[in-house]
Amino acid sequence: MSRILTMSRAGREALDWEMERRDDIFCLGEDIYKFGGIFGTMDGFGAKYGPERVISTPISETGFIGMAAGAAMEGMHPVIDLAYIDFIGVCYNVLLNTASKTHYMSGGAVKVPMTLLIGTGGGYNNAAQHSQCLHATVAHIPGVKVVYPSNAYDAKGMLHTALRDENFTIFLTHKATAGVGWMGTPIKTTLSEVPTEDYTVPFGKVKVYREGSDVTLIGLGMSVHECLKAADALEKDGISAQVVDLRSLVPLDRDGIMEAVGKTGRLVVTDEDYLSYGVSGEILATIVERDLSILKKPPVRVTMPDIPIPFSRPMEQAILPLAGRIADAARKLMA
Amino acid sequence: MPLTAELRRSFYEKMVLSRAFDDAMIALYWEGKLPIFSFGAGPLPGELHCSNGAEPVGAGVCGALSADDMLTADHRPHHVAVCRGVDLDRMAAELLGKKTGLSQGKGGHMHIYDPAVNFASSGIIAEGMAPAAGMALARRLQKKPGVALAFIGEGAANQGAFHETLNLVGVMKLPFIVVIQDNEWGVSTSKSESTAVERNSDRAAGYGMAGEYVVSNDPDDIYEAAVRAVERARAGLGGTVLELKTARLAGHFMGDQQAYIPEQMKQVDPIPLYRAKLIRDGVLTEADADAIEAAGKARMAEAMQFAKDSPYPDASEAFDHVFAGGSEASDHVLAGGSGASDQQKTGAPA
Repeated sequence: MSRILTMSRAGREALDWEMERRDDIFCLGEDIYKFGGIFGTMDGFGAKYGPERVISTPISETGFIGMAAGAAMEGMHPVIDLAYIDFIGVCYNVLLNTASKTHYMSGGAVKVPMTLLIGTGGGYNNAAQHSQCLHATVAHIPGVKVVYPSNAYDAKGMLHTALRDENFTIFLTHKATAGVGWMGTPIKTTLSEVPTEDYTVPFGKVKVYREGSDVTLIGLGMSVHECLKAADALEKDGISAQVVDLRSLVPLDRDGIMEAVGKTGRLVVTDEDYLSYGVSGEILATIVERDLSILKKPPVRVTMPDIPIPFSRPMEQAILPLAGRIADAARKLMA
Repeated sequence: MPLTAELRRSFYEKMVLSRAFDDAMIALYWEGKLPIFSFGAGPLPGELHCSNGAEPVGAGVCGALSADDMLTADHRPHHVAVCRGVDLDRMAAELLGKKTGLSQGKGGHMHIYDPAVNFASSGIIAEGMAPAAGMALARRLQKKPGVALAFIGEGAANQGAFHETLNLVGVMKLPFIVVIQDNEWGVSTSKSESTAVERNSDRAAGYGMAGEYVVSNDPDDIYEAAVRAVERARAGLGGTVLELKTARLAGHFMGDQQAYIPEQMKQVDPIPLYRAKLIRDGVLTEADADAIEAAGKARMAEAMQFAKDSPYPDASEAFDHVFAGGSEASDHVLAGGSGASDQQKTGAPA
């Protein structure tokens, strides 16, 4: 059986399923016991699982995420709600030097299985400290898996995968895709038919949302949905756009990227993270290193520019990688 | 357990073995680093932070622990590791970067892990704090016994991780002890220059924890204070900030001449003092003490021989253990050929 769910409800279902069956999973984070986490991933868990397994913490990320790493080393699988990725600055050492490196530095003797749920992204006027994506900032650290589903089916399947993984996974959700009340009406393309039973979606495989023959639009998180909107607009102009969701940054499906781009030879990479030193550059580097000849035209990047994210609507809307910018880039490639 | 003659003898044995470990490593460290000093040269490369002077901390605290208890240490971990019973051969091999090392050569001396005795360490200051508290939390959730201890230096007590962890321990009433090893110096910065209070143990009050300061650097006193802290933790009465005055006789790291330490602040070696005390108390004879020292050196010589005789890991092993469950998830690219000639620059003896 299946029904249509938001990403938030789908993710909640995976975590609930695993918590019902396993004693090693427990939740840590600010406001999770009463509020159920910023995206409702732990909605109702306080009453269902009690304060021992659903631990509301002080505002103390270095402390409680460091504790999660220690609990993981002792055989637990903590699930942490970090709300916004803008807050990683206050706990970055745990990610950078402990959770990511202990398995390696111990020669495999110590495992650190833990899942860190983080919301990302802007587009709702929350300014420079509450709107960032920063996925490249975490994906750059060796020893961390970083996944970024963009629809409900993948959210559930990838969270099952993360919870069954023996490693540290950073599980990103763009706030606008989650389908929570405070972000308005859910975006239609984030909703999916979600099976009631458990299933996994493997990390490291791109998802082709839409086939197309003229141009490839690559996105991740929210930018996937902007690519889909752009593809609709391009279709009206007679341009057939393929839309590819990366879904997973570590591991990154370089073969899948090459295959998709090879089909059209024209590429627009979209990314709501900053332009420089990031995912968009990594994708272009992969193509250049592997086979430059698959490109018919120099590729285009439509990303957040390298500026702090402005508050005021006209400024913020102008810099986001929205469908209009993406479609314009594709049209130029076709010209 | 009361402070028996047998226990005190074991403290001396452990202190002596720890010192033998450090002395042997210091001797090896200088091979290949003279006349031109370079961290990366010789058979024992990298930074080396030795524990000379801090042995009473390891002996006294570890003497109060049981097998269930969990320890995290810092960049100066040898004395705690030796006294906890970390595999000496494999620890020595790890320092030399050998395949038989505890981490197969991926950790080095600041990253000692031995799950068999619940021992871990981190080279980042105060970064053992929160993981230790998390280990205590894990045991609570698993309904298993165990007290967690984080060994840090007095300089680490000014880190955010120290304070955040103590607050969480206080809120959650976790069985946790932070052992602050006050050797007076954070590299070249003295405690009085860096710390707003004379004793970090006073800071415990701010976190609803017990605080205790032991001034003697004597394992008997340290043991008794540790027993009190462990009993509080086991009884569910919460955590303790246990600050222990100790010594740092071999500098922050090898190569540190410690010219910044004024004459009146020179520190005393605790091992001869404890030897004399045990002889005075009739616990050991001179001959017993000599025999213990000889046995410690002999055991360390065996460990060093094991380390030296062990092979280096293959360079390709650098790609193992990035992730648990195989490297299927990693995406390693080593472009540009094997670079075999670069290996000659590493200083690894043939």
